[in-house]
Amino acid sequence: MMKDLLAVIMLLGIYSLLSSSFFVVMDAVDVAFTEAAVGAGISTLLMLVAISMTGRSEHPVRHKPLLALAVVFVTGSLLIYGTLDMPYFGSAHAPIHQQVAPRYINDSMQEIGVPNIVTSVLASYRAYDTFGEVVVIFTAGIGVLSLLSWVRRSGYTKDDDSYNQSMHEQHLILRIVTKMMIPFILLFALYVQFHGDFGPGGGFQAGVIFASAIFLYTMLFGMSTARRVISQPFIQILAATGVLLYGSVGVASLLNGKNFFDYSALSSDPVAGQHLGILLIEMGVGLTVTSIMIIIFFNFVSRRNNLPRKENQDI
Amino acid sequence: MMDTFLNVSSGLFLLIGIFLCLTGGLGILRFPDFYTRLHAVGVTETLATAMILFGLILHNPDFFIDIKLLIILLMTLFISPTASHALANAAFHNELSKQKDAKSNSEITSSKS
Amino acid sequence: MLIGLYNYWVVVVLMMVGFYIVIAHGNLIKKIVGLSIFQTSVFIFYISMANVEGGTAPILADGIEQYSNPLPHVLILTAIVVSIATTALALALAIRLKEAYGSIEEEEIQNKDNLDC
Repeated sequence: MMKDLLAVIMLLGIYSLLSSSFFVVMDAVDVAFTEAAVGAGISTLLMLVAISMTGRSEHPVRHKPLLALAVVFVTGSLLIYGTLDMPYFGSAHAPIHQQVAPRYINDSMQEIGVPNIVTSVLASYRAYDTFGEVVVIFTAGIGVLSLLSWVRRSGYTKDDDSYNQSMHEQHLILRIVTKMMIPFILLFALYVQFHGDFGPGGGFQAGVIFASAIFLYTMLFGMSTARRVISQPFIQILAATGVLLYGSVGVASLLNGKNFFDYSALSSDPVAGQHLGILLIEMGVGLTVTSIMIIIFFNFVSRRNNLPRKENQDI
Repeated sequence: MMDTFLNVSSGLFLLIGIFLCLTGGLGILRFPDFYTRLHAVGVTETLATAMILFGLILHNPDFFIDIKLLIILLMTLFISPTASHALANAAFHNELSKQKDAKSNSEITSSKS
Repeated sequence: MLIGLYNYWVVVVLMMVGFYIVIAHGNLIKKIVGLSIFQTSVFIFYISMANVEGGTAPILADGIEQYSNPLPHVLILTAIVVSIATTALALALAIRLKEAYGSIEEEEIQNKDNLDC
């Protein structure tokens, strides 16, 4: 039985990476990219910060959970009985391949003109669902802000300066390599953002990679230095701007006489309008995801730094 | 002639990379202490990744994909040893060297010198 | 004949592992880990259904006839990002519970609640 939560979280990260490689084998390259960035990267990091505050080991279970085992077996067998009617793995005659997917595959190039069908479905045919997703991320950021924000000392004091100097000796190699690597990580994030039309990529993955560069900087140089680079009001306004940009594209289509999120209203040529619309909303998605991830991480770490000294000596 | 030479050499590099990965994994399982295990993985993993990427570069005729693989190779050569250094640094500064060996219950002379 | 359905069985096994962790363990962080395993198994379910034998990734290129179904990929892309949002919120709640009650074990929190009421 695993009692050490640090080992459990590391295994969860490995599990996410394995499922991401499974997605590559299943030809789902966009999904694999997102799962590797989000599951194996951000999720593991947030859980590690959380257990550094809540305690590293769990209390052993005192009674045998036989009722839970029984429930699990019954549910599992019922589910397996339910899947006996499903189509075989990989069959091309399954119902899900007959309804609306052939229309997306066949007509995507003429109507929208981007090679990556997943991006065209995500950003144009199903833009309303993606809008909901962006708002869900925004809401989660607001939730974390309301739960964990803390009144901070304003500004960068002399204590921070001397602490920074002493940490510099200890982490010298890491700091130098990080300073060399961060421009390339940010450049890669921009590449993924704009190349999402032609290969795997898009706003979500780019936002997560951009945020991870900022996490790297924060972990090595300290919270107060990171706040001098990215201040709290700036990042909150950026998050709201992303959602606003996304919604404005839809409203602009309405004001031009067509449906909500119908991008052919944005320009005289319908395909050029689609390209412009996809560009703008992917930018909105990237802005929102970056800023919300940074807000969540900064609030977790600030909460940890503001605990009384004896409580965060755990890990 | 050129094709078979490229195929054989890329296969050779890939095989060397796989062998190095496996020996690194074997090292994690068999070595007694944290620092020796880290040494086994840190060295072999970097070289294994470099060999595999090099084999893939030789295998692929497209120029742009070769450039991307070369950039990934360069980044890996920077990042992987730094990650091993980060682990060793963290272990050292948190007094991991004082741990006893689980099997023989005696002090292990680690790389603290 | 039934062996062609093995991908669903793998999914059900993973789902039940996650389910068991959620209901049988008392530690809140363990429950969040179990929930994450459950979510990943649902992703595997959809993506394995989208796979077409002999198809490739749904990126249009010359000379390719059969593509995998892009619609489940879009749905799961949304689902992955929503899962990280809910996990972050759940972890924030766990941190606040630890500060308010002093522990994140389910039984100890319930005992403290019963004592106070």
